[in-house]
Amino acid sequence: MAPVSYMAASRVYAKGTPPAVDALDLDIKDGEFMVLVGPSGSGKTTALRMLAGLEPLDAGRIEIGGRDVSDVQPKDRDIAMVFQNYALYPSKTVAENMGFALKMQHVAKDERDRRVREAAQLLDLDEQLLSRKPKQLSGGQRQRVAMGRAIVREPRVFLMDEPLSNLDAKLRVQTRSQIAELQRRLGITTVYVTHDQVEAMTMGNRVAVLSGGKLQQCASPRELYDNPVNQFVAGFIGSPSMNLQTAALTDGGAALAGAVIPLAAPVRAAATRDHLSEIVLGIRPEHMHLADPGAGPAAGSDSVWLTGEVLLVEELGADALLHVRLADGGGSVVARTEGRRSTAPGKQVSFRVQPEDVFAFHPVTGARLAG
Amino acid sequence: MTAIPATHAQVQAPRRSRRMREMSGLAGWTALGWVVGIGFFIPVLWMVLTAFKPESAAETWPPQFTFSPTLSEFRLVFSGMGPYIEHSAIATIGSTILVLILALPAAYALAVHPVKRWRDSLFFFISTKMLPIVAAIGPLYVIALKTHLLDSIWLLIILYAAMNLPLAIWMIRSFMLEVPTEMLEAARLDGAGRLREIVEVIMPIVIPGVVSSALICVIFAWNELFLALNLTVTNAATMPMFLISSVPQEGLYIAHLSAAATVASVPVIIVGWIAQRSLVRGLSMGAIK
Repeated sequence: MAPVSYMAASRVYAKGTPPAVDALDLDIKDGEFMVLVGPSGSGKTTALRMLAGLEPLDAGRIEIGGRDVSDVQPKDRDIAMVFQNYALYPSKTVAENMGFALKMQHVAKDERDRRVREAAQLLDLDEQLLSRKPKQLSGGQRQRVAMGRAIVREPRVFLMDEPLSNLDAKLRVQTRSQIAELQRRLGITTVYVTHDQVEAMTMGNRVAVLSGGKLQQCASPRELYDNPVNQFVAGFIGSPSMNLQTAALTDGGAALAGAVIPLAAPVRAAATRDHLSEIVLGIRPEHMHLADPGAGPAAGSDSVWLTGEVLLVEELGADALLHVRLADGGGSVVARTEGRRSTAPGKQVSFRVQPEDVFAFHPVTGARLAG
Repeated sequence: MTAIPATHAQVQAPRRSRRMREMSGLAGWTALGWVVGIGFFIPVLWMVLTAFKPESAAETWPPQFTFSPTLSEFRLVFSGMGPYIEHSAIATIGSTILVLILALPAAYALAVHPVKRWRDSLFFFISTKMLPIVAAIGPLYVIALKTHLLDSIWLLIILYAAMNLPLAIWMIRSFMLEVPTEMLEAARLDGAGRLREIVEVIMPIVIPGVVSSALICVIFAWNELFLALNLTVTNAATMPMFLISSVPQEGLYIAHLSAAATVASVPVIIVGWIAQRSLVRGLSMGAIK
């Protein structure tokens, strides 16, 4: 158990190309489950490999438990890694696979067997599987052996590189909660890399969103969802993603689909300060409340009414997603409604939106405008 | 613009004739395959059958396929070929062992943690095969003479190893490239040093490939004639030279030659049969999971 720190850590693959990881500053607390999430090429796997020692640092440093490990060999960092493709040794049995690291550390055979058996029990791996070879196991079993190989080492930090991406959807959901529970039980600092924001939101104590090698925001899932710090995080976290529309600035607010969405004073001040003529508005699908047909804006309420035409209805069962083209050239948005409210493509619909649910972003930098 | 809809039967007919054309095409290729295969096999079959004939019956044309078999020619062959087989065996096995000792580290250096100029190295190795051996025989003879290695089995071991090394390096390297990088990284994280990495992680995966490379080297070394003919006389004369000696100036002892050739072919055919299976297994090792 140890805290991990990235201090301005950078990795550049070829001189002159943009860094794969650009001056990453990240503090991971002892025992925390930290998820690194981002699209392909965001640098999350590179950052993990830098922590593992499989990639060298071109700048900055990395500390584990307060000790600078930037030049320390991977095997001496007291870490264990679960690889995306499991990387099990095909010629060894499951028990030998799990005990290999201990054998390298010259741990006595009895101790080795005990720890392997304990880890197998923790992971619900049957005793008889211990003498089988990896090719005789199912995908889910192999994944658990890969985790067992890491657990057995009792490291200070767990590193996981998209361990669920090769499992089928149902198994993925099941294993997700098992991993989260296991980490809670063992209390070992874990750094988990994924491109799936659902995994990130459900598993992490805190989530670090990366894009283009740079850290965008690191916060709890709730904080990321409610208070994204820029357009990228806003659009990346949440499924279906936040609706982002460019809107021209007018008196008191921004014009969208024929209505004016009032903006808070600090936002307007920030927009004036940067001489902006338009901004990017962000509205989450569940904040677009479908109005009853025939209903209109009530006097005195502060909600904004947006109208549009339904393009597509996606039934999810409990919910439905409406793809709507907003009036007045307002662009396409997605709204979430209850599954039972029937509407069909081609119908005109109206949505109520509360101004406080609308996010405003700088059209060029993408930063959140909040004054 | 309306298209005239084809009737069901009209659509069926071209579909049926297309399938028949496909099948007859397939049948044609199959027949051709059989013809070519049998064409290559018939001379070998003739050779084996002739080996069992007495010398008088061997020279008839057209060749007789019915005859009373005899082992007299085989007896003659066995009485004379002892030392030749021994030299062939020593040269083949010795050179193959030497090749493996040299090729495994070389392939490792060119595959797993490649040295900076691995492309140049690989090209150099394969370029040594581009020189016709006839051009090199003169200098080789002189070197062998000066080092007193003429007619020595050691000379053959060294030269066969040099002959087979490029091929072995290329083949073993390609098998080593099949080892997933993640597995090597996992071993590194587990604390495996270079030796452990090779012995416990790489070798178990690569062994079928190494075996098939070794068997290929065995076949080439066993069949090699040119070097043996020019650089050896009696003390290191190999099996191919024994076969040559069955073709004397005075006349053609076809039955004797056939018997000798059959005996010489048997080890290579067995080795080739074994190599074939592990070769297919080694070459289809592409899939990781």
